[in-house]
Amino acid sequence: MRDKRMTADEVVGGIKDGMTVGIGGWGSRRKPMTLVKALLRSPAKDLTVVTYGGADAGLLCAAGKVRKLVYGFVSLDSIPYDPWFKRARETAAIEVLELDEGMFQTGLRAAGHRLPFLPIRAGLGSDVLKHAPELKTVRSPYDDGEELVAMPALKLDVALVHLNRADKHGNAQYLGPDPYFDDLFCLAADRRYVSCEQIVETFDGPPQTLLLNRMMVDGVVEAPGGAGFTSCVPDYGRDEALQREYATAASDLEAWPEFYERFLG
Amino acid sequence: MSDITRAEVCVAACADLFLGAGETLASPMGLIPSLGAKLARLTTEPDLLLSDGEAFLLTAESTVEGWLPYRKVFDVVAHGRRHVVMGANQVDRFGNQNISAIGDHAKPTRQLLGFRGAPGNTVNHRTSYWVPRHSPRVLVEAVDVVSGVGYDKAVGPFHDVHRVVTNLAVLSFDTPDHSMRVLSVHPGVSVDEVQKQTSFPLVAQDVVETRLPTDEELELIRTKLDPGGKRDKEVPQ
Repeated sequence: MRDKRMTADEVVGGIKDGMTVGIGGWGSRRKPMTLVKALLRSPAKDLTVVTYGGADAGLLCAAGKVRKLVYGFVSLDSIPYDPWFKRARETAAIEVLELDEGMFQTGLRAAGHRLPFLPIRAGLGSDVLKHAPELKTVRSPYDDGEELVAMPALKLDVALVHLNRADKHGNAQYLGPDPYFDDLFCLAADRRYVSCEQIVETFDGPPQTLLLNRMMVDGVVEAPGGAGFTSCVPDYGRDEALQREYATAASDLEAWPEFYERFLG
Repeated sequence: MSDITRAEVCVAACADLFLGAGETLASPMGLIPSLGAKLARLTTEPDLLLSDGEAFLLTAESTVEGWLPYRKVFDVVAHGRRHVVMGANQVDRFGNQNISAIGDHAKPTRQLLGFRGAPGNTVNHRTSYWVPRHSPRVLVEAVDVVSGVGYDKAVGPFHDVHRVVTNLAVLSFDTPDHSMRVLSVHPGVSVDEVQKQTSFPLVAQDVVETRLPTDEELELIRTKLDPGGKRDKEVPQ
């Protein structure tokens, strides 16, 4: 079996200007922050970033990497708003596709299933469609004739996810309570990279926790602490103090450069 | 029991949102709705399902009775056995809600969370709102961005915006044109005050006073659900 171990820099070396990058996790939970940091240091720009957003979205906006952000929300969970995302929006520095959370999942599923779209009721009547005129509706061909949103596939060039354990072949395991949508990000992407707290020879725990299999993964990065200040239970909880430091610095353009330099390390 | 606080009235009003819900997933956002849902389960609605805010369903005794990660929450949303109580940066006379952005969506004066699950919730199952600071800035004539869908934009077979509970009153939409009506004002609040704190004309016929929590409910709120008294910080007297 193939050995897919690589470094974070090798992962982002394949990310070219203009690509669409999906980032796993949810809010400030199990974000692949080591991979995001490598992306921040890389020359890649004009990215379309697809994320249930946390500080990953804010940091990439801060670094000017984002041409377009696709999201259902951006939040640091214990801190409601990400200051850099707010600034990027309020200065219209980025294009956006703002979706309902369920539409977002449906778009990933459509991409993973190689379908042009999947129908969903969410979005109807709301301003999601008003602010995203590229989204269309479809009418049920059956007797009910109901009009539904035709959520287009959210196809990704690259998926970046962080799990608790992986083997060198790309099988990977989550040990926390929620898989989030990391498997769907991988299925929706052409190239799929997982970082993990630890590379193991064999897995402990129920096989149902093996969220990713090696068909779904092209590269494995061993990155202890790789979720940064976001939570990665049971290995560690969110580093609230560091997250607060990030949010405070992000709110203050004078304080930001010092924090950012130290943060990138 | 005496010295019943406004927060405790709001908790009981939130509990009443779930009357008749039965085996339904209650998804309360924020402290007061969460206390309300837990209170309902300990009193009138023992069959309610409640999550820990992460991925587990917990019984009233805090033992795990189920697994509900986000992806399965989306299944419940679409399936419909759910009553969500969301916050609202703005809510208007037909129950449209905004948690996305203030101002023009293309370049907002204030970016908020984003649509989150509001569009899907409101076309799939019963939705209520909790407003801890009832003011003309929150109760607006028309929201800047429609996140949760109101009655004038309702589509599909499952739209059901139930009530808005605020620190001043309980409001509903059971009027001929589904415009907002004052159902009850909290003890010590007048209908005039509620109207003054609202940017659009409210229907205000047959307004009653919001009920006080019972002795049993107060005991549960004060000794079991919120012994630290966080509720009174969210809703000052």
